[in-house]
Parts: sequence; C-alpha cells; structure tokens
Amino acid sequence: MAQRRMLMKGTEAIAEAAIRAGCHHFFGYPITPQNEIPEYMSRRLPQVGGVYLQAESEVAAINMLCGAGAAGVRVMTSSSSPGVALMSEGASYMVGGELPAVIVNIMRGGPGLGDIQPSQGDYDQMTRGFGHGDKHFIVLAPSTVQEAVDMMALAFDLADEYRNPCVVLGDGLIGQMMEPVTFPEPSERTFDRSWAATGKKPGQRRNILRSLFLDPEVLEKHVEKLFEKFKVMELKEQRYEAWMMDDAPPVVISAYGTTARIAKSAIRELRAEGHRVGLFRPISAWPFPVDGLATYVEQTRLFLGIEMSMGQMVEDVRRVVAGRRPVQFWGRTGGMVPTVEEIVAQVKERSAALGQ
Amino acid sequence: MAEQVAFKRTSVLTDDYFHYCPGCTHGVAHRLVAEVIEEMGIQDRTIGVSPVGCSVLAYNYLDVDFVEAAHGRAPAVATGIRRTLPEDRYVFTYQGDGDLASIGMAEIIHAANRGEKITVIFINNAIYGMTGGQMAPTTLPGMRTTTSPNGRDTGLCGHPIRMCELLDTLVEPKFIARGSLSSPKLILKAKKLLRQAFDLQHSGFTFVELLSTCPTGWGLTPDNSLAWLERNMVPFFPMEVFREPGKMPPQATPYHPDLKVRDDAPKAEKKTEEG
Ligand code: SF4
Repeated sequence: MAQRRMLMKGTEAIAEAAIRAGCHHFFGYPITPQNEIPEYMSRRLPQVGGVYLQAESEVAAINMLCGAGAAGVRVMTSSSSPGVALMSEGASYMVGGELPAVIVNIMRGGPGLGDIQPSQGDYDQMTRGFGHGDKHFIVLAPSTVQEAVDMMALAFDLADEYRNPCVVLGDGLIGQMMEPVTFPEPSERTFDRSWAATGKKPGQRRNILRSLFLDPEVLEKHVEKLFEKFKVMELKEQRYEAWMMDDAPPVVISAYGTTARIAKSAIRELRAEGHRVGLFRPISAWPFPVDGLATYVEQTRLFLGIEMSMGQMVEDVRRVVAGRRPVQFWGRTGGMVPTVEEIVAQVKERSAALGQ
Repeated sequence: MAEQVAFKRTSVLTDDYFHYCPGCTHGVAHRLVAEVIEEMGIQDRTIGVSPVGCSVLAYNYLDVDFVEAAHGRAPAVATGIRRTLPEDRYVFTYQGDGDLASIGMAEIIHAANRGEKITVIFINNAIYGMTGGQMAPTTLPGMRTTTSPNGRDTGLCGHPIRMCELLDTLVEPKFIARGSLSSPKLILKAKKLLRQAFDLQHSGFTFVELLSTCPTGWGLTPDNSLAWLERNMVPFFPMEVFREPGKMPPQATPYHPDLKVRDDAPKAEKKTEEG
C-alpha cells in the first residue's frame, strides 16, 4: 500500500509513530521543549482505546512505565534533559528487571535549569550516566523528522527484543521542525510476553519482576546475563551513516542529530569550493558505531567533532581513533545552534593548519 | 471419627520461611493478605507490588505475580499495572512507613487522588526496620531511634504523619481504615478491613494502615512490643474506618464548578488605568 506523505511537526510525528508502532500507553510529566508529545498523546490515545496519564513527576512517570512494562504492553514516556535525569532511578530498575519501554529525550540546555533551547548536552547522560549500576540502553539519535518516525517503531522492537528500555535522543530542533513524513507499515514482529506479571496462570510458574538479588553470586550471574544481551547489542545494533566518505576525504566531521544535518550543508559548501570533507554520523549513540568508524581511521588525516555541547560524543571518537589521528572539537552549548558558516570556517582553518 | 480441621495454612503463602525477626507482625500481615486472596479466589488475577524495606521480599511468601518497586514508588508502579491490565485483575501494594510516608509521599498522595483502583497495605511500625532502626516519618515524639538518639525532637523534625487522616482529605478514595496487629481480636478485625478494601478495589482507591511491631528496631521483646504499640501508638494513630461506602465525609464530595459561566458572562470592561 502506498503510504501518504504528511506534513508534521517533529514532536507530533514522534507521538503518532509510537501509536502506530502499537504503543497505547503513555505516562509523562510536562517539560519544555517536548510538550507537544504528551499533548498529542492526550488527544489521540483515547481515540485508539489507549491510556494517556499525566504523572505527578518524572519520577512517578518512569515507575508507571515500570508497571506497564511489567504488565507486558508497549509503553513510552517523553521528557527533556532535567526531567530525564529524574527518570534515571526507574530506568536502572527497568534494566535490572528486564522491562521494555521507550524513553524519548528531547534535549535542552544545561546544566541545571539551563535553558529550553535545543542542545546535545545529554549524550553522556544517556550513553553513560543514565541510572546507577552496570547497565546500558540502546540510544537512537535521529537527524531528521522522518528518521525519528522510523526510529520509533525500531525503538519499540529493540526494547521488546532485548527486554530493555530503549532511548530515542533528539534535540529541540527536531522536535519543533515541520517536515513531510511517511509512516512505515506496522512491523510484523511478535514478541514473547509469557514473562509478564498479568496474574499467575493456574498450574504455571508465577512471574516475579525484580532487580534485587541479595546473594552477591546470584547478582553477579544476573548482571552477567544482562551483559550477554549488551554484547549482542554491541554486535548487532551499531548504526551509522558515512556521508561523502567514498573519496577518502582527509577531514572527517563527526556529528549526530541536528548538528549532523547542519554539518551536511557545510560539507556541501566546502566541497563546492574544492575541500574534500566527509561526515561520520552515529545513528546509535549506544552502541557507538565503533566498527564503522574504525574503517575510516587510517584514511583520515583529521577528525573534527561538532556538537551542541562542550564535547561529549567526541570522547567516543577519541576512544576509537586511539591517538592514531588528531581528533579536534568545536561546539556550541544550549540554544547556540552552530551555523553552516561557522562550521565552514572551522573546517577551513583546521585544514589550513594541516597544510591542505 | 473424621478429623476436624481447626487450622490450615493458606495456599496463597509459599513454603518459604519468613525472614522476619521473631515477634515481627509482618508475617501476620502477609498471612492476612494471603487469606483474603484465597477466600476471594483471585490468586490467578492478583498482582502484588513490593516495596523497599523489610518487606522487599514479600514476593517470596505471597504466591502471586509480583513486581518490585523502587523505594516509595510502589503506587506509581501499581498505577502502570492497573492502567494496563484487564479490569478483573486485583493490584495491591505492600509498603512500610519509610517507603510510603517519607520518600513515597508524592506517589501515594497522587495515586489516591487519581482514585487508582488499587489496594494499598500500609505497615506502620514507626521506624525504619531494614536499615537498622532509624527515625521514620511516623516515629512518635520523644521516641528513640538510631538517628534520634535523644528521642524524636518535634521542634526539629515535626510530629509524626497520620497517613489515613491525610488521605481522608481527598475526594477519590473509597476506603480508608486503620487497624492494628497487636492482639488476636485486632488481627481478626484487620483481616476484615483488608477484605473490605479488596472487595471495594474495583470501585476506587482503597487504603488499609496496620499498626505493626518492630521488636528489633524498638529494642523490646515481642510481648512488650505488643503492649508498647497499644499504649503508645494507638492514642496517636486511632483505629478507625475513616471512609467506606455510606461513610463519605463532606470533603469527599465531588466538586462540579460551573465552568461555562466565564464564557457566558459579559466581558469585563478593559481597564484603562492601572488600579
Ligand atoms: S527489623 Fe523490625 S520490621 Fe524488620 S523484620 Fe525485624 S522486626 Fe520486622
């Protein structure tokens, strides 16, 4: 069936994509700049027989996800940086209890209350510091509204496949942008739910969903089992885009999300002037596309990380490049969206220093 | 001659031995919950939510599906379950006073205020048991704990919180009652309260507080603990049914404001001067 293209705002497209992916339960707490997601959900979910519930806090919202995830339904929340920080407790419990859910973080400026403008200051929060203990979350970072739409279905499938919360990490620009989108056909995949707490079936073992294992040996076995899943994720779920990389450009920009999109415009200008520059764009922030980036290290003379932060993802680039090539960084913070001109100037200056 | 069964273990309790200290009334409370679930025939439709505290392992003893909650968050977890599963399910939380009345205050108040169709079983023993006897939000004035070595100073920490009375200010709850586990007679009464709460669960939020002993935290023998509870806790935490069908206090009356008035009313004249 041919799919209709619709002009939609990023936040609303994300919400609609989630509903079409079979998510009929949403729990959240208002925070700018993502309020259109809960607002859209509060209108749409009752129409499809779903549940929208405004929680008393982000802390409560993530724990409602915990309950709904334990009951075996597709469930999501959305929030923004400081609100997501409040969810880190519950998110860690969900990893421990192996409960699926999707958490959308539309990042804003920080630290603290920061501002409500687009930012990429939560890369570390989502890939490193989201909750206590040994754990990981798959983190998907869309660069366009269409990609965000496609990612929602993927995020729910990944959450169900691995029984682990999955994060979609966007910024305020993607949230507010209007773009034509096509909604994908609903996925055909089905997932085992026999583990869910829905009431003990007569004659069957009951289900207890928990993260407490008081015996340290048992806890270690549990964590090792979780890490077997994370290992599979690291093997199978690395996603990236290598753009304008076929002619082995000496300068490679690493950027994700909206910043990568701006970088593409800059690269087009630079190439028009004869500068060979490419883009390495992680689509999965975790697992970081280590293998993809590794293939480009030898051929590259300079990596330049560009982010709407003081440099967070660039640490992952440095980890992979491992000192073999210079890895530099340039970034702006919350709300100070890098411009094409700025990026062009940065690349020119740095290539000149390379003797290009 | 046929044997008469005077006492039978309920099938909703597992074979595990309770890990609770001697004389602790958690075990009694577990048994009462199990009996109610058995008598109602809802074992296959019941989902429990366990807290953080001494009863964190409640799922080891109560033979129903269970979800473990973070400290204080059980009402939010129960909300997620309740809003997801078919209506014929029974969802309950089992929480202590530190869990429910301190760190989980927001979650319990809002779950009650939304009228979540769950039963909350609140074990009040006026102390943090599992962490080693620290001061709780329900610790009595002057009561010694490991973090109030000279007795709870109300000038510094305020008075204990009465949860039933607090929740009774809300419109939605359908059942709020406080009982005690300090004597066989009161235990039978407590079971009735639990049964009433479960019976009413599908009509709205139901809450049963049970005054409970913590001989270890209190530094008393099991016997003395029971006497201490009745002498000191009952006067401050009265055993009452605060709310039940037919006993809805005025504060439980729904409020229906006439929101249309604002639209119909003639527009106020625009002020030209700052008043
Ligand atoms: S510490 Fe207190 S509440 Fe905990 S099991 Fe022992 S007696 Fe019971």
